[in-house]
Amino acid sequence: MKKILVLLALAFPLLAWSAEEGPPLDHAPFNVNDKASLQHGAAIFVNHCLNCHTAKMMRYGRLEDLGLTEEQIKKNLLFTADKVGESMDPPQDPKISKAAFGVVPPDLSLIARSRSPDWLYTYLRSFYRDPGSKSGWNNEVFPNVAMPNVLWEEQGRQELRVTVRQDERTGDKIETRKLVLEHPGKLTPLEYDRYVGDLVNYLAYMSEPAQADRKLWGIVVLFFLAGFFVLAYLLKKEYWKDVR
Amino acid sequence: MASAEKTPVTGAGPFNGILTWIDQRFPLVSLWKEHAAEYYAPKNFNFWYYFGSLAALVLVIQIVSGIFLTMSYKPDAREAFASVEYIMRDVPGGWLIRYIHSTGASFFFITVYLHMARGLIYGSYRRPRELLWIFGVVIYLALMAEAFFGYLLPWGQMSYWGAQVIINLFGAIPFIGEPLAIWIRGDYNVSDATLNRFFALHVAALPLVIIGLVAAHIMALHEVGSNNPDGIEIKNNLDPRTGTPVDGIPFHPYYTVKDTMGVAVFLIVFAAVVFFAPEMGGYFLEANNFIPADPLKTPLHIAPVWYFTPYYAMLRAVPPLFGSQFPGVAVMGAAVLIFFALPWLDRGRVKSIRYRGPRWKIAFAGLVVSFLVLGYLGVEPTTVWGAFPAGMPLVGGDYIATWVARLLTIVYFYFFLGMPWYTARDKERPEPPRVTW
Repeated sequence: MKKILVLLALAFPLLAWSAEEGPPLDHAPFNVNDKASLQHGAAIFVNHCLNCHTAKMMRYGRLEDLGLTEEQIKKNLLFTADKVGESMDPPQDPKISKAAFGVVPPDLSLIARSRSPDWLYTYLRSFYRDPGSKSGWNNEVFPNVAMPNVLWEEQGRQELRVTVRQDERTGDKIETRKLVLEHPGKLTPLEYDRYVGDLVNYLAYMSEPAQADRKLWGIVVLFFLAGFFVLAYLLKKEYWKDVR
Repeated sequence: MASAEKTPVTGAGPFNGILTWIDQRFPLVSLWKEHAAEYYAPKNFNFWYYFGSLAALVLVIQIVSGIFLTMSYKPDAREAFASVEYIMRDVPGGWLIRYIHSTGASFFFITVYLHMARGLIYGSYRRPRELLWIFGVVIYLALMAEAFFGYLLPWGQMSYWGAQVIINLFGAIPFIGEPLAIWIRGDYNVSDATLNRFFALHVAALPLVIIGLVAAHIMALHEVGSNNPDGIEIKNNLDPRTGTPVDGIPFHPYYTVKDTMGVAVFLIVFAAVVFFAPEMGGYFLEANNFIPADPLKTPLHIAPVWYFTPYYAMLRAVPPLFGSQFPGVAVMGAAVLIFFALPWLDRGRVKSIRYRGPRWKIAFAGLVVSFLVLGYLGVEPTTVWGAFPAGMPLVGGDYIATWVARLLTIVYFYFFLGMPWYTARDKERPEPPRVTW
């Protein structure tokens, strides 16, 4: 028993390390009630992502949630289908994208739920030029990803700077990896963060279109239940006053 | 015509006539008296006594929400995932029904675990309530099966690979294992055939079994009477005038109104999760399950849902024997089945934690801590706490979490297997003659 306790005591400081992998994620500035941001994000999504990816669970008509009219959706966003009732499933041959990228680009309907908005926000801002890769691009968050930086015109080109220095006390090698903007794009880094933020906001909305509704209903239901609790509490008190 | 001699129902105003008519053809009044108005329950029930009625409430919630989900869900490997998203997006109110059902699954286990803990704390499994306890443990087993079958239905990556891993556990049983696993799956892999049969079991077979068992559980309870936080029998102290327990109060209206208050608090917590955190940080709905099942792509980290993880951590902690995982599977099975033996392992002279001695209290604290920490470890990969330095004796190079899980598995089993010994020798305090508050 004592031995085990000693072992546990020894193990305790180690608990502090957790199995973190990859670079820390930046916090995505997402707010599914910001309709302007969602509309901008939807436009970016339809123009840049839907060329190769699909969002089969999402119907165009649902974009009315973002404060758009059917006419606006038809005029500005409906590139791949004829009717707003159709889903975001452009008629492309998965074999062609497989030949181009080596993989079929994943469906993005639920990507913000399987990956998390923070991951997407960091990922889309972490591309860098890598002449060694097939597409000429690589990514700090998703090493050797097949997708090139499709937003390079907006972001510009980043390079990865790796510096290695030796810790003087322990002699361990410490590697620092840093992305540097080599060639500016159409947007300043700050504008680009906002641009990607809007896109991720849209992706988060699309992964669960009912989420704004859900929170609204939640407040109503909790108020109702609070009233129910008060009545139930008073009833219980009335009946139980003669028990003790 | 014996039935015609029953006394007419009174006190129901305009309904006296119809109720009398029914009572002469159906044991309405006697059932009502036996199970509510004249079922005497101890007056000193505390916080822990809410969870029985709450578990029953969750059962109703699951059945009703499940019926509505079945109306739009398609048990077909090609359509299942998309049909769940169809419910989430296109079915009016579908997201609410789906979140109620997915949250209800976790809350079923929360209420059942707290209900079981109450049984342990106050010795509710002791004579004469052994059969009541056994019905309860069978309900727990049926509930685990129900949850396991249901978890495959969304047909996401975790559904698929979780089912694959758990069915493969049966494959580790010597001799019959492999044919048994194929018989369960109906295929060599988890496939459309598996999905279809799991759907049948989830929506028809197990709900029927659970409802029947719950009825038996409640009938057994009302036969022997409820235990209470003092662990003494209120039937031993009857009022000479009325013949009813001095410390008992009729279930209705006292506990019906008290449980209604419990229901209100429960629903507030439940609604807070459904509306504001249905994923519960990835514990109730896992991120990987938003990716459609892909038989060719194994996720890096497969973990069952939180309510199975204490047992899963034990499974991983037991070292394989001759390359077979069977010892781990056996330990995991024993950890659940040992609850059946509890009434016959306990040799204490008192039932309740209030009068138990220090040995029982230490063993019980060990059980609670081991269950919670094993539950945490089962969610995480074994690498979570890193490894011991390579040079250490015995444990060098092994993962710390594996050894902690081994230690805690022993602590868990000590509560049960050490019980005949430590309860017989414990320094208990005398029970009071009447219930206390």
